[in-house]
Amino acid sequence: MSRVVEITRAGVTLGGRPIVRDVDVTVDSGEVVALLGANGSGKSTLVKAMVGLYPLSTGRIRLFGEELSRFQEWHRLGYVPQRSAIATGVPSTVAEIVGAGRLSRRKPFVPMRREDRIAIREALEAVDLADRSHHQVSTLSGGQQQRVLMARTLAGRPELLVLDEPNAGVDLESQQAIANTLGTLTAAGATIVVVLHELGPFADLIQRTLMLREGRLVYDGPPIDPAHPDHAGHHHHHRPTTPPLLRPGVRAPFDGGQS
Amino acid sequence: MDILLTPFMIRALIAAAVTGLSAPAVGTFLVQRRLSLMGDGIGHVCVTGVALGLLTGTSPTFMAVVVAIIGALLIELIRSTGRATGDVALALLFYGGIAGGLLLVSLAGNGVLALQGYLFGSIVTISTSAMVASVGLAAVVLVATFTLLPQLFSVANDEDYARTTGLSARFYNVLISVLAAVTVSVAMRTVGLLLVSALMIIPVATAQQFSRGFKVTMLGAMAAGTLASLTGVTLSAFADVPPGATIVLVALAGFALTFPLGLVVQRRRRAQMPFPVQDGFETHEHDTVDEPHRHEHGPGCGHPAVEHGDHIDYIHGGHRHAAHGGHYDEH
Ligand SMILES: Nc1ncnc2c1ncn2[C@@H]1O[C@H](COP(=O)(O)OP(=O)(O)OP(=O)(O)O)[C@@H](O)[C@H]1O
Ligand SMILES: [Mg+2]
Ligand SMILES: [Zn+2]
Ligand SMILES: [Zn+2]
Ligand SMILES: [Zn+2]
Ligand SMILES: [Zn+2]
Repeated sequence: MSRVVEITRAGVTLGGRPIVRDVDVTVDSGEVVALLGANGSGKSTLVKAMVGLYPLSTGRIRLFGEELSRFQEWHRLGYVPQRSAIATGVPSTVAEIVGAGRLSRRKPFVPMRREDRIAIREALEAVDLADRSHHQVSTLSGGQQQRVLMARTLAGRPELLVLDEPNAGVDLESQQAIANTLGTLTAAGATIVVVLHELGPFADLIQRTLMLREGRLVYDGPPIDPAHPDHAGHHHHHRPTTPPLLRPGVRAPFDGGQS
Repeated sequence: MDILLTPFMIRALIAAAVTGLSAPAVGTFLVQRRLSLMGDGIGHVCVTGVALGLLTGTSPTFMAVVVAIIGALLIELIRSTGRATGDVALALLFYGGIAGGLLLVSLAGNGVLALQGYLFGSIVTISTSAMVASVGLAAVVLVATFTLLPQLFSVANDEDYARTTGLSARFYNVLISVLAAVTVSVAMRTVGLLLVSALMIIPVATAQQFSRGFKVTMLGAMAAGTLASLTGVTLSAFADVPPGATIVLVALAGFALTFPLGLVVQRRRRAQMPFPVQDGFETHEHDTVDEPHRHEHGPGCGHPAVEHGDHIDYIHGGHRHAAHGGHYDEH
């Protein structure tokens, strides 16, 4: 098992305020990890630091064994941002947006190849938007736009997917379709870190959950579903890959933790 | 017609054509990044560059390119450090550029008149060497925008995401700024510094009424820009009006004339968006239309036809009718 993500004592400071504090997490290849926490607990901040968008104030992050500051193999990484503004000043088609996902594998000045077109088409099929590729994104519904962002990331055929609430506003049927696609990818060896508020159709995929509260990691263990805290952990059909870790002073993952 | 074949008119038409091609190409990226006024900011900074050229006795065009690039880099620097928002950064440059230019020109002992050709354009007096320089610079701009189109698009569209695909957002942002600066210097002779930005933005506004995609918008804007430039120069030759202002007015007229058409196209496009197919729709018991349906729906039957899954719904009287066997269903 190779280490895909290695976060050591990571801290992120935004606008002078410590937002993520002293987080230690490792994710091995093939794992599917859910990152949970209340609004404002620092999930997006941690995830952005993980993909190199925010600098660390303390600690370090390695992807595929390489220090993030020296990381070059961007085609191995796929990021889905939270609520990205994909409809900007000038109209763009679904295919143009999804095509941006291929740039981690394309060299400048080289025109699009056949394999790029195939990857774009397959990514759109995975989110069930193949018939919309020439539509203007701003005419799609919010959930469909979220699926376009997912397709953009899938088009790059990444080995590590970092998804920030990919299900926001997406109907259950499409969530299930995305979960199925991700299931296929993990079966082929992909690693997934996904920020969620409830596991939903992803429940069967998730092997481990992390929980942030006020920027600190307060739980790292078998799956828990915030939507069904009573049946915490589907231990019966998921073998935990890492022993649960409960920080001192934290009795349970949901001891009134909504900051 | 002969006037169009005189050497100075041929030079003017060539310079106008390359300006009309390159200004909207770069302008598309500025609109995408919501920096529509950047062209104006650079234009104002160019005033200082031109004045510097007049003061030192070097080429005003060359100094304009240099100072414009420095100004564009400054805008990018201020914007990216987050010290001021993009539009505040632009405003600072507006004022600094104009004030600096006026001061330098008076130091040079030239009146503001010396600036006039640059502020308002002077395409009819353009020299052969200036025209060749314009063509060369415009070619550089066009080659750069087209060969790096996917990268520039990705960074302009979603900078954070672009960075996670390994693109240097800073490099591409700076590149667009530099290309904008070069474009302004090219367009300076054609439409003048005060109106440069109009030729970068108006054709984009015209094109995007009809387009669904970024590349198509860009190509459409280039066509609209070239048409406006050539028409403007030609009109000014016959009517003895200033070419720069005429070009911009023609571009604006193009926008105004196509606006109603644009509304119709957009409305029709929205009306033709397929109806979403809801889960389990097919299994519903069909709602047969009661009324005896004498009308036969079909292509060109006069009712709006909208795709719905594997069939077509025809809209009339607020109903969606779909053919089913020998009758119509209400969908
Ligand atoms: N650029 C910024 N500058 C200063 N503070 C910020 C910045 N971005 C986020 N924050 C703060 O950091 C905290 C964590 O924000 P973050 O977006 O990481 O939360 P989150 O867990 O993703 O929440 P949500 O569930 O709403 O997405 C919030 O208190 C927010 O106000
Ligand atoms: Mg978030
Ligand atoms: Zn009909
Ligand atoms: Zn129907
Ligand atoms: Zn009918
Ligand atoms: Zn029927």
